[in-house]
Amino acid sequence: MKRKYMLSFSESTSDRPIIHDLIKRFDVCINIIKAEVSPGLTGSMLAEFDAPEEEIERAVRFLGTQGVGTALVTDQIRFREDRCIQCGNCVLACFSKALTIGPPDWRLSFRRENCILCKLCLTACPQHLFTIAND
Amino acid sequence: MAFATPYHFIAMSKTYQQINDKIRRGEAVVLTAEEVSELARSMSPEEIAEKVDVVTTGTFGAMCSSGAFLNFGHADPPIRMERIELNGVSVSGGLAAVDTYIGATDSNPANPAYGGAHIIEDLVNGKDILLEAWGKGTDCYPRRHIRTYINLDTVNEAYLYNPRNAYQNYNVATNTSDRTIHTYMGTLLPKMKNASYSTSGELSPLLNDPQCRTIGLGTRIFLAGTEGYVAWNGTQFDTSKETNRYGIPTSNARTLAVVGNLREMSTEYLRGMYYDQYGCSLFVGIGIPIPILDVDLARCVSIRNEQIETTVVDYGNGNKVLGKTNYAALQSGEIEVGGQRIRTAPVSSLSKAREIAELLKERIRSGRFLLSEPVRPMPAGTATKKLEIRETPERTY
Repeated sequence: MKRKYMLSFSESTSDRPIIHDLIKRFDVCINIIKAEVSPGLTGSMLAEFDAPEEEIERAVRFLGTQGVGTALVTDQIRFREDRCIQCGNCVLACFSKALTIGPPDWRLSFRRENCILCKLCLTACPQHLFTIAND
Repeated sequence: MAFATPYHFIAMSKTYQQINDKIRRGEAVVLTAEEVSELARSMSPEEIAEKVDVVTTGTFGAMCSSGAFLNFGHADPPIRMERIELNGVSVSGGLAAVDTYIGATDSNPANPAYGGAHIIEDLVNGKDILLEAWGKGTDCYPRRHIRTYINLDTVNEAYLYNPRNAYQNYNVATNTSDRTIHTYMGTLLPKMKNASYSTSGELSPLLNDPQCRTIGLGTRIFLAGTEGYVAWNGTQFDTSKETNRYGIPTSNARTLAVVGNLREMSTEYLRGMYYDQYGCSLFVGIGIPIPILDVDLARCVSIRNEQIETTVVDYGNGNKVLGKTNYAALQSGEIEVGGQRIRTAPVSSLSKAREIAELLKERIRSGRFLLSEPVRPMPAGTATKKLEIRETPERTY
């Protein structure tokens, strides 16, 4: 199975080769989608983990012991669906095709597993119905 | 009743009176524009003119040229409101003492995400709005400042008056530049990675009566949940745009000015919007019934998405025209422009447009909505002028 995580590194963890250790210890295929180091040497990394569920969970527990924060991406985006008028503005911006609209009913469909946290929908929605947890 | 002869097929025509009589009796045959387009695959315009009385259309999209008139009533002592703010947004102080016009795009630069469109939505939701106004104080209006709360029940009149709505066709927007641009047509990614369109295609009101034969001053319409009226031709009303072989203008052409009672409206069909780095706009739901008076109108309402063409425009490079496409292609999710395949998405709500057409159909079928004959047709031979920059006035007399 595939799961996307937003990993957060503190000042003390950002200079250690933690991803290297992770790959050595666990049989998890990791695709790094985006990585940033912020001023003050804290960092964040969006990564997709591909492995059986138990192996992913072991890897995530290991990251916890190393002081790396792990947040499942599908839990990150909040969407106020009740206010949505199915206009399509978020779909236009969403190049990872997490948000789609089309026949037969032309209602918004949100496939969270495709989300790469690019955050374009946050500003593209003219009603600002998307938010990110802890942002 | 006993005259169902081929004669009907030749001289087929109906009057508004006859159609309204059928509506009152609950006998009118009403279809949505999508349904009639589907029917037209197996039926001739003559047969459709015979069978169908009314076709309903719908659209629900951003219509920036919209707004509402309010009359606040007079305080004691009275004030001649010369500067007016509603929830901190500056609105027109140029109408007598206690009238205002809230423009949908009115906004406060310090808080750009809340503007006139949002005030209108809040009013329709019954919320209290902070009114603050200033005047210089006159002999007849001595008060110089007022701060109070108003809502839709405290004001005298409240009506939506939108100078330019329901555009007949609209450009497709894309962006060839190297950076993401933020427009009223949505977030346009660099290098033509996406394209947006804002017309409901075969369901769109003015595409089903392209010459405005049945849509004129006084036409009763569905406006944001209630019945409204066409008040005038919309601004930038343009009859000179190029048309295709089906008589459809292939870029933005005719428009409508519409009016209706804000108190009867619903925020299901009226929504304040904020486009990042652009500004505020109002989503307006409009549905127009087209009476099938004759075979020509039956042919018009039978138009299908693949027959409605529009122009692809580069919003990242001075609105350069890149090509043409049609609504069947646009709704498929991908178009091809200059050999490049571009992902498409709508920026107006097709599902809501359908809902509006269905709602209007039910209202007509059940006799609650009668058609009105225009009291004056739309103008002919109009074109949109450009604004020239002139250094000096020429007419000074």
